[in-house]
Amino acid sequence: MKNLISLVILGLILVSCGPEKPKTEGESQEHPSGKDAVIENVDEGKGVGQVKEVTLNTPLEQERIPRGKAIYEMKCQACHRLDDQRVVGPGWKDVTKKRKPEWIMNMITNVDVMLDKDAEAQKLLELCLTRMPNQNVSLGDARDVLEFMRQNDGEK
Amino acid sequence: MKNKILIGTAGILAAFSIYSCKPKAPEDATTGDAASRVYVAPGKYDEFYNLVSGGFNGQLSVYGIPSGRLIKILPVFSVFPENGYGYSEETKPMLNTSHGFVPWDDLHHVAISTTKGEHDGRWVFANGNNTPRVARISLSSFRTEEILEIPNSGGNHSSPFITENTEYVIAGTRFSIPMGNKDVPISSYKENFKGSISFIKVDSSSGRMNIAFQLRTPGFNFDLSRAGKGPSHGWFFFSCYNTEQAYTLLEVNASQKDKDFIMAVNWKKAEEYIAQGKGTIEKANYAHNVYDDKKHSATSTILNEVKVLDITQFPDIVYFIPCPKSPHGTDVDPTGEYIVGSGKLAATMPVFSFTKIQNAIANKEFEGDFSGIPVIKYEAALHGEVKKPGLGPLHTEFDEKGNAYTSMFVSSEIVKWNVKTLEILDRVPTYYSIGHLSVPGGPTKKPHGKYVIAYNKITKDRYLPTGPELTQSAQLYDISGDKMQLLLDFPTTGEPHYAEAIPASLIQAKSLKIYKIEENEHPYAAKGEGQTKVERKGNEVHISMTAIRSHLTPDNIEGVNVGDDVFFHVTNIEQDWDVPHGFAVKGANNAEILIMPGETQTFKWKPLSSGVFPFYCTDFCSALHQEMSGYIRVSPAGSKTPLKFSTGKVENQESGAGK
Repeated sequence: MKNLISLVILGLILVSCGPEKPKTEGESQEHPSGKDAVIENVDEGKGVGQVKEVTLNTPLEQERIPRGKAIYEMKCQACHRLDDQRVVGPGWKDVTKKRKPEWIMNMITNVDVMLDKDAEAQKLLELCLTRMPNQNVSLGDARDVLEFMRQNDGEK
Repeated sequence: MKNKILIGTAGILAAFSIYSCKPKAPEDATTGDAASRVYVAPGKYDEFYNLVSGGFNGQLSVYGIPSGRLIKILPVFSVFPENGYGYSEETKPMLNTSHGFVPWDDLHHVAISTTKGEHDGRWVFANGNNTPRVARISLSSFRTEEILEIPNSGGNHSSPFITENTEYVIAGTRFSIPMGNKDVPISSYKENFKGSISFIKVDSSSGRMNIAFQLRTPGFNFDLSRAGKGPSHGWFFFSCYNTEQAYTLLEVNASQKDKDFIMAVNWKKAEEYIAQGKGTIEKANYAHNVYDDKKHSATSTILNEVKVLDITQFPDIVYFIPCPKSPHGTDVDPTGEYIVGSGKLAATMPVFSFTKIQNAIANKEFEGDFSGIPVIKYEAALHGEVKKPGLGPLHTEFDEKGNAYTSMFVSSEIVKWNVKTLEILDRVPTYYSIGHLSVPGGPTKKPHGKYVIAYNKITKDRYLPTGPELTQSAQLYDISGDKMQLLLDFPTTGEPHYAEAIPASLIQAKSLKIYKIEENEHPYAAKGEGQTKVERKGNEVHISMTAIRSHLTPDNIEGVNVGDDVFFHVTNIEQDWDVPHGFAVKGANNAEILIMPGETQTFKWKPLSSGVFPFYCTDFCSALHQEMSGYIRVSPAGSKTPLKFSTGKVENQESGAGK
């Protein structure tokens, strides 16, 4: 009797241990563009996520800068300095020169997938050892943060 | 006489089914595939949330059904050092009452909000039985958002049952008492003691509660209640016991009469009287506590009056229906037509018909009056009796197929019967002495059915023994077929009384993940490390601190003296789901606080000796969690140590860490 129950349970485990892990399901729901994006973006250094193409303007879009700075101070400053010193995460100095704008915005808005799939993001995790948190930054807010980063890197 | 009933009933039980004579060994009681029917594979979810009262732990626990897994314990009426509820400055006001801070209560019943008589998954209400209170808990944040004290009540048992559209939550007094806290001889019960039933209006969008009016009743005890629904919407039914009006040895003296009452209240009529300006305003002190999830703080307001309708002066609000022997449960079936009275000492179970009650009122089929209130003739209100259902009927729940399930405390079983025909269809033993029971959606117009869960009062040999005090035993039965089948035992915390189960699909997607840091309006919030600070105001030191994986800012604080009141206002600036931080200080005469993402909570500490005290994050948050810590220096009283604070600043290159 007991064995029978064990067998039934074992059977269930086998059935439910199919190829689909729950985590993968969750991700694909939250980030519908996730898997395709890997193929599209990763080689171009744009990272993984919704952000495919960012148009940068010169001169800087001034109205974005104070908004981006306010978000930085609320959600980013605890770990990122504006110089090149790493504290918890890397300093932001010259980040816009090292990374494509799409990569930066994907890292801000889609960090969990980036840390799972993007080789550059994974290198940073190995270096810093603390997973960058999802700070619930919208795409629009991330764009403002990007403009603030460009200003921090000396663009006009 | 009593013995005769006992013997007679035992004989009938034996005739009905050998299983109900004596519980057999567990392996015989369950079906062969029971394990697979309650098994929820790793990574999969349960089908139902089961919101279970904690009884004497004053909390609400959340289980998954069918697995019986405990998912959460959330504090309502009792302090909870595990997350700081009742210890943090923000949550202390939640437990304020007209008697001051009361750290505990006895939570008996729950009611999930309904719209059109069906579960809407917005809130769950709970009663505090001892110091009469009603709480509202959000089913999005799973937190207690509001607690309202009930004045003129001697114990809030007949509560928090709700009307069809959650218009009202009910609070009926268990014990009658002299109104206005009058100092009178206990023996003057008949003269001075009154009952009161509070109709608490619920704001349909915010859920905020306020006492719309109280009904003042003759002095006796109100046990349980249920609102009408469908055709009986507009009515409320209460079981009453101790109509003998005894004030001592109730066990004997309140069990004298053959029949007590079910009290039928026409609350729509009461509403009309209130709208006409009837009723009197009486003085009464009671606390209303509300948690604001933007300010992340509770406020407690003492209110001082209540509107009262004395039912003896408005005789068309209330009618009494005789019901055998100290009725306990009074339950209304999904159609709203039938009202089941469970006389816990009776050999039969009456089922009343709402239509017949209305006809009896119209035709004045009264057998007399009690304190001027008409008593309807028993037979005139009766649909029929369930004959010999078992011993000690307590509560009845319903499925979607017209069946009722009644818990039998004394004979330790669940009895399934047909509401219309009153025929008994099945009975299963429970282990042991079932109290409440729950069918998912059982009290609504649209039961979800599928299972019945027994909350048993006696555990005995069901689990490994743990000394004199044992876990409380719950049991899950499949009711999808003709026969009820025992599937699972699961242990519960506290002492569950009533519980409700609701499909996960009505709650799961709405579950809150974080508090948005942008919306944080706490006066001491540090929304970013740039806003962290330490301020002295007399002998109060206020520290606005941030927490993020994995450091606290500031983490070096000096300039605090013995005798100061130190307030750590900690803001968790994470915005990711499931990343709370905790906070505790060595030697503090306080519990820790847990701070959810985007939230600010305050830990108060009065240092009693000088020295350097470590503080740290108590909720494992990252690989560098062990590093998430700091020091606060306390100087002797009256010292002039300068106030300073920092994070990551190394002053003495010789002895400090780093470069």
